[in-house]
Amino acid sequence: MKFSYYPGCTLKNKASELDSYARKSAEVLGVTMEELEEWQCCGAVYPLAKDEIATKLSSVRALVSARDKGNDLLTLCSACHHVIKMVNNDMQTDEDIRTKVNNYLGLDVPYEGETKVVHYLEMLRDSVGFDEIKKKVVKPLKGVKIAPYYGCLLLRPSKVMAFDNPENPTIMEDFIKAVGAEPVLYPYRNECCGGYTVAEDKRIAQNKCNDILASAVGKGADMVITACPLCMYNLSKNGTDFDVPVRYFTEILAEALGLKDE
Amino acid sequence: MINEKETAQRVIEISGVNPRKCMKCGKCSATCPSYDEMEYHPHQFVDMIDKGQVEKLLDSESLYKCLTCFACIERCPRGVEPAKLIEAVRLVKIRQQGQNHLKADMIPDILDDDMPQQAIVSAFRKYSK
Amino acid sequence: MQRIGVFVCWCGSNIAATVDVKRVAEAVRSEQGVVFSTDYQYMCSEAGQSIIKNAIKEHSLTGIVVCSCSPRMHEATFRKTAAAAGLNPYMVEIANIREQCSWIHKDMLSGTAKAIILAKAAVAKVNLNAPLIAGESPVTKRALVIGGGIAGIQTALDIADAGYEVDIVEKSPTIGGKMAQLDKTFPTLDCAACILTPKMVEAAQNEKIKLFTYSEVEKVKGFVGNFDVTIRKKARSVNEDLCTGCGVCTEKCPSRKGKNEFNLGLNTRGAIYIPFAQAIPNVPVIDRTQCIKFKTGKCGLCQMNCAAKAIDFSQQDEFVERNYGAIVVATGFNPIKLDKFEEFGYSMYPDVITSLELERIMNAAGPTKGHFERPSDHTQPKKIVFVQCVGSRDTSGCGKEYCSKICCMYTAKHAMLLREKYPDTEVYVFYIDVRTPGKNFDEFYRRAVEQYGVHYIKGMVGKVTDDGKGQLVVQASDLIANEQLKIKADMVVLAAAIEPDPTARSLGTMLTASMDTNDFFTEAHPKLRPVESPTAGVFLSGVCQGPKDIPETVSQAGAAAAKVIGLLAKDKLTCNPCVANSDTLVCNGCRQCEKVCPYGAISYEDKEVLRGDIRNVAVVNPAVCQGCGACTVTCPSGAMDLKGFTSRQIMAEVDAICR
Repeated sequence: MKFSYYPGCTLKNKASELDSYARKSAEVLGVTMEELEEWQCCGAVYPLAKDEIATKLSSVRALVSARDKGNDLLTLCSACHHVIKMVNNDMQTDEDIRTKVNNYLGLDVPYEGETKVVHYLEMLRDSVGFDEIKKKVVKPLKGVKIAPYYGCLLLRPSKVMAFDNPENPTIMEDFIKAVGAEPVLYPYRNECCGGYTVAEDKRIAQNKCNDILASAVGKGADMVITACPLCMYNLSKNGTDFDVPVRYFTEILAEALGLKDE
Repeated sequence: MINEKETAQRVIEISGVNPRKCMKCGKCSATCPSYDEMEYHPHQFVDMIDKGQVEKLLDSESLYKCLTCFACIERCPRGVEPAKLIEAVRLVKIRQQGQNHLKADMIPDILDDDMPQQAIVSAFRKYSK
Repeated sequence: MQRIGVFVCWCGSNIAATVDVKRVAEAVRSEQGVVFSTDYQYMCSEAGQSIIKNAIKEHSLTGIVVCSCSPRMHEATFRKTAAAAGLNPYMVEIANIREQCSWIHKDMLSGTAKAIILAKAAVAKVNLNAPLIAGESPVTKRALVIGGGIAGIQTALDIADAGYEVDIVEKSPTIGGKMAQLDKTFPTLDCAACILTPKMVEAAQNEKIKLFTYSEVEKVKGFVGNFDVTIRKKARSVNEDLCTGCGVCTEKCPSRKGKNEFNLGLNTRGAIYIPFAQAIPNVPVIDRTQCIKFKTGKCGLCQMNCAAKAIDFSQQDEFVERNYGAIVVATGFNPIKLDKFEEFGYSMYPDVITSLELERIMNAAGPTKGHFERPSDHTQPKKIVFVQCVGSRDTSGCGKEYCSKICCMYTAKHAMLLREKYPDTEVYVFYIDVRTPGKNFDEFYRRAVEQYGVHYIKGMVGKVTDDGKGQLVVQASDLIANEQLKIKADMVVLAAAIEPDPTARSLGTMLTASMDTNDFFTEAHPKLRPVESPTAGVFLSGVCQGPKDIPETVSQAGAAAAKVIGLLAKDKLTCNPCVANSDTLVCNGCRQCEKVCPYGAISYEDKEVLRGDIRNVAVVNPAVCQGCGACTVTCPSGAMDLKGFTSRQIMAEVDAICR
């Protein structure tokens, strides 16, 4: 199993753990993550406006690179996944955007959304299989109650992201079971952490994160996991009322596979 | 003074949203995690833009409270996509000269050791041009 | 060679104001076959009709053209006129110079020019017309009703009352349908069972009515007056004739974990069960997927305990063939599944229920014996939130585009009943619009607000969560107060949209009865023929045609019965002679026509076309064909033609117009 891999800026820096544990685990699971030779920042937020073209180009470049290698494009950061998948959808469905982007880029072969964008969790579910992971787990996280935090970007808008049932997802719960832990079902798992407003004003993120953590802890969570560096920051830094640990899901995976201390 | 009707039309074009699809159920505002932060709520954006009343929206802090969490887009029973309208109004505002909401010199105060660049990049994308 | 007369009508000033009628009459005089032409003020009047009759006799006319209003208006009139004068009625053509000419033209010049062209086209056609004779087909004096809910029961009772035989085919083990599951019914709050069960008993005891329960329609052949239907009687594993309905078997059954469908899974039942106490027939059925005997071969406790020796594990599905003159579809509805609306927490929280589940919880014969309690901990809820339009009026792709119509009223009923019986409860209803057009309906809703103090809040619920301590939290809009509310609730009731029963689609195909995009059956005319399907002999009753409440369903059921009775009262049906006809010599056997025929009128048979040359060719059943012409345009070899509208006739009209 080989994928072109788009790590994104934050994974090269503040969220390097999200990246390094993912790479280590992939090796054990027989997955080759081939980092794109050249990639640029996806912009972190999908440009919603119809008239924004330039801000979509970096995503398209990554998508084209994967296409030219004949690979699916693997993502890990929720935000990068969201932006690239949304832009890919534009390239498939919005003729105006498609034409303009192709005119800007002047590619040898125009891009029409051919690349499949796969999130690391989807790769675990659909390419490796949770049953297969279960078999490879050497240190199951027995008895640990883990609350999966999906946030917004993996799930919504579901018509494009097609990640899971947007209001009742199961992929992270199944992942948690695969590593031997116990998933905690709580209603705030797909509510927003406050996102980028934290760069201006921490209050919103504090309110939102405290609600989320209250909900998770109320259901008995020992730990919260996420796939997003910004959610990670908000939950761990701004969920001020709680000191429940927040981890990247890849760290849990590496731990269960016995790779954490290597 | 701006021409409100024309500006509303521009908002509609930029957003690609047809506010007339709204059946005024208020589910967007029911689901909005930023509701209490906003002076004008998602359903009011839809209604006011449909009526061509954008001036109040342009001057409101509500523009910067939307988290773009896609909850209103996901849950709207009529496929209206209120968040795209809010984004469009914000763009009409910040694309004007001197209207950047977030300025570089504001960052050091808020920055801490753990804040990921994702936060800063996305905030700039949302708040400034 | 035809001898054609042309009659140009003034229609007072309707035509004459923009068409020079005299010039039209003159202009056609030189057309091929025309031996007479005239004009008159009102051709449809008695005097006008006399002009036509006299001319037919005087000039030995073989065909006539009437230049007048739309054929929809008076074609039948002029055909009768012609017949009275001894002319075959299908030798009459109408040139529509009113709706398609005088009413849409402003000046006399262009109006007259167009009227002349239309008249000439009609003349060209009549030149090629041939007399047509309408055939007749006999009528089987028995009706089939598919679906045994209140719609089907009422239709069957009304048909039987007129003295005709009627069969009800019901797929579940008992008749009664959704109404049997309800507690009280709006707007008069009669208990559903009290008004329904007598009708169920009446249906069972009426000697004209035969019930096929736990049965499905397997195959439909034939046409109006002569349907040939195969019914699959699914194996109950209980002999209906021997069973006394004592119910001992249902008590002895050791497999108790079956989901009780009648109570919507709110409790369990045995593998052998009677759906509910008043079920008709009062005969149990074995759920073979659950039965220990069927799964392991061991057990058989029910059989051992059955004094009547009615248990039959070896029973097989049985196929019954019956003939019918008319078929009534009464397949009803189901609430939609809520997996696309998980923001309301239906699968996460046991105390988030649907309105139909609440009916069972409030019902004295329900899983809680009518004690109002919540599923999670069996305590009595004090604060209840109702959510309207869950999946109705939804164009996002998750729900249904239409209004489900019944929810506003049943929610008002639930709210009112709860407040009356349990005055210490607080009841909230979140609504988008309250829709109560119906006799005494709005008064009923207002009573819920004014007399019973139900809190109606304009706004939708966004999400249902919990406070971590077992209490539900409903996050919603209050649009009038311009607030986002977070109401702590003990129970949330979702008014799920309703949709046609899933069996409707395949049945529609079997009956060649058309359906809309929502799988509701289409009526022949939305206003003037609301209980007939466009397919002759197929009638519609109840929600299968569109959302409706009980009063409306019962009226429609009666209307459908009246239409069926009207059909069955006839000994013979006159067929439309303008039907398709296949030229067997030209037919290439490709079967394209068979595929496009919406009525199933075309079959393929081996026919000796030329001596010793047997070919598989299209044969049209003239009693089933509705003359739509789809086959004629599909046929690649030009073998298929429509009598009265042959390709030659139509081309002649086109030629005349383009001349």
